[in-house]
Amino acid sequence: MFTHWHKYASLMHFHTLARRLTPWLYGVSGVLFIAGLISGLVLAPPDYQQGESFRIIYVHVPSAWLSMFAYVVMAGAAAASLIWRVKLGDVLARATAPVGASFTALALITGSLWGKPMWGTWWVWDARLTSELLLLFLYLGYLALQSAIEDRRAAARAGAVLAVVGVVNIPIIHYSVEWWSTLHQGATLTKFAAPSIATSMLIPLLIMTAAFQLFFFATVLVRARCEILEFDRHTQWVRNLVSAGYP
Amino acid sequence: MTPRRKRIVTVILLLLGMGGATALILKAFNQNLMYFYSPSDIHEGKAPSARSFRIGGLVLKGSLKRNPQSLAVTFVLSDLKQETTVRYAGILPDLFREGQGIVANGKLGADGVFEAAEVLAKHDEKYMPPEVAASLKANLNANATPTGKTP
Repeated sequence: MFTHWHKYASLMHFHTLARRLTPWLYGVSGVLFIAGLISGLVLAPPDYQQGESFRIIYVHVPSAWLSMFAYVVMAGAAAASLIWRVKLGDVLARATAPVGASFTALALITGSLWGKPMWGTWWVWDARLTSELLLLFLYLGYLALQSAIEDRRAAARAGAVLAVVGVVNIPIIHYSVEWWSTLHQGATLTKFAAPSIATSMLIPLLIMTAAFQLFFFATVLVRARCEILEFDRHTQWVRNLVSAGYP
Repeated sequence: MTPRRKRIVTVILLLLGMGGATALILKAFNQNLMYFYSPSDIHEGKAPSARSFRIGGLVLKGSLKRNPQSLAVTFVLSDLKQETTVRYAGILPDLFREGQGIVANGKLGADGVFEAAEVLAKHDEKYMPPEVAASLKANLNANATPTGKTP
């Protein structure tokens, strides 16, 4: 089992695997996007209080979920690069950061667009919104560290420490609506209770979440391939790949 | 101890340290992180009297009074235990209605009436089609059972 793990931790094998998976992930994600958008924007009924405005959850909720999921992936990869010194950990953390930052920004922007008509304000400094904004700054801090430090190994280590430390923020974002009184509403989907959303509205949400999730994996793999090629650019296998007409 | 094990321990200690420090900070600032006070907090004297703060609760059914000449309104906020009267002059958000959770920013007057400078609607986590909401309401009225659910 350990030899197996080692094989995929090798950049060359991961590159091959990623190259094979990417079109499938994008393909399935695209199909799910079409199904989710049609069922969410056309088939699902309007909400009894918010009317049509509630449909923004089909973008807002998956982005907010991925903003946290991407951070856990990034922090896990960073921890692996710190502890086991696997190059793949560094590559994955660097590949995930901008994608996670984009989803965080998307969650903040869609939330703000919804907040103005529904709450009556674009932004409030409640615990949920503030901790999500902090998450965006953690991503941007990681990205800034990566481009500020010239030495690749030093940049990887500094970024990894920041990513691992910042993971403390993830449970704070998740539980902020329970621990403190916030303007943001509580969780609609929880593990233990029945979801407090009608099934006809829930199904498009689940389809959209799956579409976003696969899109995330596909994009991270594409970015990881670029990182790998750049990292291994002096090696024979990359030279062979390029002379064989890649991409 | 191998270097690898040392690094594992370092990462775990780093996380525990950060987690502990964050927990202590959040505990110390617990009151500041509360976005709003409830009518019960005000009743118990927990809310500040000199500076402005936010109050949150449900708009009591039948309590909304509009001034026909201006935008001034008064309504009663309830957390199902205590009640506070709120006075406000301005445009109310779309989701403002009786029975709905809201958050108001302002100051507590000497007469115990909250003078709001801003009113925000607080949406709950429930999503349903209008027909389901209507039939739920019909069932509720038929049984006349209070739900007792806070937003």
